[in-house]
Amino acid sequence: MKIPSTLIQFLALILLLAGTLEVQAQNIAIYGDTVHTMAKTAEGQWQDPIENGVVLIIDGKISAVGPASAVEVPEGTPEKRCKVVTPGLIDARSVVGLAGWLNIDHDSDHIERSSPMQPELAALDAYNPREPLIDWVRSFGVTTLHTGHAPGQLISGQTFIVKTRGNSVDDAVVQRQSMVAATLGSDALRSGKESPGTRAKQMSMLRQKFIEAKAYQEKVAKAAADEEKDAPARDLRKEAMGQILDGKMPLMINAHSSVDIQNVLRLQKEWQIPVILQGGAECYDFVEPLKAQGIPVILHPTMMRSSGAGKNASMETAAKLIAAGVPVAMGSGYESYVPKTRVVLWEAAIACAYGCEFRDALGLITHSAAALLGIGDRVGSLEVGKDGDVALFDGDPFEYTSHCLGTVIEGEVVSDIAR
Amino acid sequence: MSLRFRVQNRILLGCLLALLCVLISAPISAADVQAFVGARIVPVSAEVIEEGTLLVRDGKIEQIGSMKDVIIPDGAERIDVTGKTIIPGLICTHSHIGWGGGGDSSEPIQPECHTLDSVDVRSASFMRARAGGLTLVNQMPGSGHLISGRTTYLKLRDGGTVEDLLVHDASGWPMGGLKMANGTNSQRSAPFPGTRAKSASLVRQAYVKAQEYQAKIARAEGDPEKMPERDLRMEALVEALEGKRIVHHHTHRHDDILTVLRLKKEFGFEVVLHHVSDAWKVAKEIAAADAACSLIVVDSPGGKLEARDIKLENGAVLEEEGVNVAFHTDDWITDSRLFLRSAALGVRAGMSREGALRALTLSGAEMLGLADRTGSLAVGKDADFAVLSGDPFSVYTQILQTWVEGKQVFDRTNPEHLLFAIGGRGAGDDTAYNCCGGEDH
Repeated sequence: MKIPSTLIQFLALILLLAGTLEVQAQNIAIYGDTVHTMAKTAEGQWQDPIENGVVLIIDGKISAVGPASAVEVPEGTPEKRCKVVTPGLIDARSVVGLAGWLNIDHDSDHIERSSPMQPELAALDAYNPREPLIDWVRSFGVTTLHTGHAPGQLISGQTFIVKTRGNSVDDAVVQRQSMVAATLGSDALRSGKESPGTRAKQMSMLRQKFIEAKAYQEKVAKAAADEEKDAPARDLRKEAMGQILDGKMPLMINAHSSVDIQNVLRLQKEWQIPVILQGGAECYDFVEPLKAQGIPVILHPTMMRSSGAGKNASMETAAKLIAAGVPVAMGSGYESYVPKTRVVLWEAAIACAYGCEFRDALGLITHSAAALLGIGDRVGSLEVGKDGDVALFDGDPFEYTSHCLGTVIEGEVVSDIAR
Repeated sequence: MSLRFRVQNRILLGCLLALLCVLISAPISAADVQAFVGARIVPVSAEVIEEGTLLVRDGKIEQIGSMKDVIIPDGAERIDVTGKTIIPGLICTHSHIGWGGGGDSSEPIQPECHTLDSVDVRSASFMRARAGGLTLVNQMPGSGHLISGRTTYLKLRDGGTVEDLLVHDASGWPMGGLKMANGTNSQRSAPFPGTRAKSASLVRQAYVKAQEYQAKIARAEGDPEKMPERDLRMEALVEALEGKRIVHHHTHRHDDILTVLRLKKEFGFEVVLHHVSDAWKVAKEIAAADAACSLIVVDSPGGKLEARDIKLENGAVLEEEGVNVAFHTDDWITDSRLFLRSAALGVRAGMSREGALRALTLSGAEMLGLADRTGSLAVGKDADFAVLSGDPFSVYTQILQTWVEGKQVFDRTNPEHLLFAIGGRGAGDDTAYNCCGGEDH
């Protein structure tokens, strides 16, 4: 059968166009009346915003940032324009993708209640990249999520880092294992005869787990050094605890009350492990010890409810931690009811209204979040060589009545709803 | 003594007496008159006044106008609010501050229960509400029943007992509505309904019974012998049937909303739809039924199946259809301190600024049947208002003062009040507060 050459030409043209589009989708020039690069100067100060600036993204990476007059944009590069440009936003502690919007068994994979300590559970195995709440937060500029198992068990499982895109978890993943999520205090107590039923029991159970993991590691090491000795049967749980002991995965502990935060401090001292305090409703009373022990804080959302463990939460905590020099980022946290997720843009906005300087507040969900999560080489600021992740706004991003106009991940427009 | 002297003497005496009267009465009247001077005043029911004066006497608004038009009486307390913005006190049509519950888990219809008997007005949540500029709330029982009980309208006066905060009608009864709910929250294991049809049917049966009770009373024509035995449950439902008690109806899904409208048509009760997640799907039907909507604004859709399709655009869509719209906090679902934010997000999603501010104030008053007393800044109304640092819909605006009936109940410069506004150690303790330096309650 002879295929008409015009058809072949036509098909070739389609393929060519498709290929061009594919490449072009990774290239974009984003112009803003104000571009908040959220980069820092050599002195560690926030770089001033660029007026009439442009962010040029080529092949998904930022190739230039500067005043539009000084940046040469290749002809034919797709472009977007808006009033305010910021880096793509980072939610430093989310459960989106595991705790589904419908809040029914079918879409709730954020907490496993069969045992109080299961550090081996990988977030990667539970993440639903087609979860509607991913689209929702993305439409408010969120491009990166540190997400995973929720607070609510002594050790509920691991977290990981994704970009808010992709049809499979492999499309989305940035870091496959990030932290082990633990919870101290009332939110992780069990009822009846199940343990842990008290705070003291929580601490003793954690200590015991570390002791067991250490013994396991020693056995493994001895077996490796001595051919006569058999290695112990592999134990994923002990291996995960060992990763914490080895400093490969920080233990991210959700704790709110004064007692529980003191337990976080004690645990870190005892085991000399990397610890991150998450939540921290009453951490304003422990700024100095947190700083001294090098414990960063992934703070509760500013609008955390003033009830239960959060009854003494303060909307000025972010400002206090920043002023004291404690590394701090903001996460949407975990919500068991409505709203099923919070939007970090709005939470940082309230932090800004309650004592944070504008860029310090924006830093909570960009630069500082990236640094705290250890992904600062890729995201968090608009600098040459970093991922082309950008959020576009029609005004002050923190104002109630401004809109996010679009979201770009690695040069690809992933949301263009004005919301 | 000449006549002239006597006349002069009388005049002098008269003058002295008059002076004495002034001296005696002046301090009293001065204490009762306050002039708030220099603010941008947004009355809601009238045009905005730039640099206005709000004159308050005995807790009521006596005059409102531009600084040059309003003459401040001698002796009035002058409060300089130059550069600030005064808006009517915010009204939350659906609040759970103080955790007042209604019925228990014994059965799905318990209108005889009253949040008045369970609310804790010393809860820290009351002080947070004052810090949010709220002056009036509809204190609601929960949504886990078809009819969970009678609601209580509370003015956020400085008070330590629920009686201190009640709003009374002309006959001296404490005012409130009736809380109803449909959809999944009120569906549970028996004796609660398991389906939507059963829910509607149980409600219908209860109102039919109340109509019969009502008819018996009518037939008795005041004859105590012929009167039915008093039944608190029936009495509450009859009050709803007679329009003395507005029905505040929790409802989310479009078909549940229409079920409420159907019941309203069948029994004729006045109803305010609450939450109304799917309002945007049935806005025309809501408008046609002339039902008011009290909306919740939450930061993401879902959290429960029937709130899956909730939209920030609900306010804008309903406004477009001419429906009377209010917002509510559903505190603790959203924080009373950030109530302005709910309406601001309504503006973000297309609502008019005027409509959004009305939805926090006058519309709410209308939905509680109290628009003749509060909800806007108008002569003769209660002096319920908030003083803001600027634009009500800016995230950077602070609520500086809250006044209920001419008495200050929140002052941001007072460190004890500021603790509730911001949070911090001790802010969550439900201790007896004493907002205005009076005796300890």
